[in-house]
Amino acid sequence: MDARTNGEVAPTGNVTTVERRSDREVVVTRSFDAPVHLVFEAWSKPELFARWWVPRSMGMTLTSCEMDVRTGGRYRLGFDGVDFYGTYVEVTPPSRIVWTNEEGGTDGSVTTVTFTETDDTTLVVVSERYPSAEALDAEEGGATDAMHETFRQLDELLVELRSNR
Amino acid sequence: MVQYAAPQLDASFAALSDSTRRGVLEQLGHGEASISDLADRFDMTITGMRKHVGVLEAAGLVATEKIGRVRTCRIGDRRLEDVTAWIDQYHRLWDERFRELDQVIEELKQKETADGRTHER
Repeated sequence: MDARTNGEVAPTGNVTTVERRSDREVVVTRSFDAPVHLVFEAWSKPELFARWWVPRSMGMTLTSCEMDVRTGGRYRLGFDGVDFYGTYVEVTPPSRIVWTNEEGGTDGSVTTVTFTETDDTTLVVVSERYPSAEALDAEEGGATDAMHETFRQLDELLVELRSNR
Repeated sequence: MVQYAAPQLDASFAALSDSTRRGVLEQLGHGEASISDLADRFDMTITGMRKHVGVLEAAGLVATEKIGRVRTCRIGDRRLEDVTAWIDQYHRLWDERFRELDQVIEELKQKETADGRTHER
């Protein structure tokens, strides 16, 4: 294990960090050299979002990108034969977007993105929380299994991304 | 792809949630070290380092062996690779996404600046 999890430096000098905060939360942080309204715009306009969400280097194509970015709105991202979809649980421009990831079933993860501006720099914090405390309480290991499932799906996606390169 | 045993993975992630422990793993990746070597390197007490190593050992990420009076630490079984492979892939995905996002944001900034100039005229 080396600098990989501590972040690599992008041309802008901003570092992406990934931290496993608890048994069901992974947090990604990154700063952007721009005011918050622009960063939020890039996350909330489908035509802009589609340009960066699936990095070119991964050689995978987003075939459709429908996003109704407002509280209660839905999204659906289509790849060849695989759809990712869910609901925007909360949208508070320009500081917060929360969405569900429902392609994995009812126990999908919830993604919370917060945007905080300081001196023309915007800190983006992405938290992916895997299934609920209720699921964990209801059935010991239930949440772990669901998280495992979610990880497995991500694994499959990443394997697919790699093999398509 | 690796088949994860979820509880082990949880313990591994908990062990990796601390920057010192991640540093210890990185260090052990270069070769074996004693607890006191590690304590020196990370500028902490032997007791403190022993606790960190204990957490890593419980997660199977580090193996230790006491030879005489010295406890030697080395990288544990292959579960570390499972964990780091997942985190690495996840990190790489986000890092590459954000590099593309940098470009989109840069364009938005330039557009806004240009619009602002037009506006002033």
